[in-house]
Amino acid sequence: MSEMKNIKNLKEFSTSADRFEGANLLCPGCAHSIIVREVLNATNDDLILSAATGCLEVCTAVYPYTSWDASWIHIGFENASTAIAGAEAMHKALKRKGRLKQERDPKFVAFGGDGATYDIGFQWLSGCFERGHNMMYVCLDNEVYANTGGQRSSSTPIGASATTSPAGRVSYGEKMNKKDMLAIMAAHGAPYVAQVAPNKWKDMIKKIQTGFAANGPVYINAMSACTTEWKFLPEDTIAISDMATDSLVFPLYEIIDGTKLNITYRPKTVVPVEEYLAAQGRFKHLFKDEYKYLIKEWQERVDAKWDYLQRREEASV
Amino acid sequence: MQKSGWSEFEIGAMLRSFEGATNNIAITHQEDRPYSKSNSFTASVADWRIVKPVFNKEYCIDCQFCWIYCPDISIISRDKKMIGIDMDHCKGCGICVEVCPTNPKSLLMFPEQQDEEAALSEWPAKEKKEN
Ligand SMILES: Cc1ncc(C[n+]2csc(CCOP(=O)(O)OP(=O)(O)O)c2C)c(N)n1
Ligand code: SF4
Ligand code: SF4
Repeated sequence: MSEMKNIKNLKEFSTSADRFEGANLLCPGCAHSIIVREVLNATNDDLILSAATGCLEVCTAVYPYTSWDASWIHIGFENASTAIAGAEAMHKALKRKGRLKQERDPKFVAFGGDGATYDIGFQWLSGCFERGHNMMYVCLDNEVYANTGGQRSSSTPIGASATTSPAGRVSYGEKMNKKDMLAIMAAHGAPYVAQVAPNKWKDMIKKIQTGFAANGPVYINAMSACTTEWKFLPEDTIAISDMATDSLVFPLYEIIDGTKLNITYRPKTVVPVEEYLAAQGRFKHLFKDEYKYLIKEWQERVDAKWDYLQRREEASV
Repeated sequence: MQKSGWSEFEIGAMLRSFEGATNNIAITHQEDRPYSKSNSFTASVADWRIVKPVFNKEYCIDCQFCWIYCPDISIISRDKKMIGIDMDHCKGCGICVEVCPTNPKSLLMFPEQQDEEAALSEWPAKEKKEN
């Protein structure tokens, strides 16, 4: 295996030469690109990448332009995972037959939004994990189908207003609980599954590098704050992300070999969930008198999940 | 570049990021890369901006927070130093200003049409800490 890139601190990390380019068409302040930069910059190895249809793909491959400085493929909405799994299988076969022109070990990484991951590409992703490809799948989890105008996905949290679950006189918005993708992917017996957030770059790099070193399929759930659909100002992407990790709405943890769970970030001061909700337009209606009970329920859900994660960590199962 | 109409698109298309062979792109900075015309690096989104960040070197401590959090690869850092902003690719989101920890900030947003010298001359003084 190739050498791990040594990233001791941010100054050193800033000497990286990005393999993702500007003048893509992602919204100003979009967290997708912050995540992509952190993932790609975690290694100097060759990269073979794919993206599912969605904001990242649509905005970085606008004919006649590409924003990728590495091999990159887009086929459809559902098959970013299988496209990269196919490339990985081919690389493995050529290597076994001694037909590789150069002995290089590229990293195989697929990106997909939560629509592509939690819903539409789910069985394809599951198949890749069952077959045990040596690949990393990064879900850019903005909890909505952003590229097509904000429809709900099975990652959209309770109470969020989305275009297919709008809040109004008769509804408080999304009613279904967010799917626990990390648990599902860990249940495949994957060697490494982790939740990351771009504002915690050091935690992110460590997990991406652990993922690159793992042998088998790796699932990374990356929280991606979406200025357009979550409805906050573009300059606040990092501030909102901080609220998400510090309120434990997005707890940062990893699951090794399908079972062993480690919490990787414990906020010094835990921010009330209410603050996180109040900062985003998609939850605005929850602050009306008739819906305020939902904020309390939100806090209880977050507390219960945090309690569960801590018990899992302690029991080491 | 000649642009095609929608009905002239190929069913599948391949775009090359670079002209000719490349080696070690992962350790080659932008100024030394043989970008092709198909690389979005050669395009600009400067006209998206209504406000722009201005960099004041005097207060910068090279912490690199702006570099890591700029979504648009528009903070230019070389040899661990922040050396400027890539105004062809900056979309004016303002994240770099928000994450800058110095007092006063080393990056501030100004109207796009503002003259840079003028912006630097009206830079705010150090703010007193609130108790
Ligand atoms: C099979 C299929 N169904 C629907 C679409 C239309 N479509 C394109 S992008 C998109 C939304 C993508 O949402 P998500 O995966 O969450 O990524 P995001 O845009 O939020 O990053 C949809 C519904 C499609 N391209 N293919
Ligand atoms: S809609 Fe959201 S995810 Fe899509 S480009 Fe804009 S900020 Fe990014
Ligand atoms: S305003 Fe946004 S795009 Fe421009 S340099 Fe700052 S962080 Fe980057």
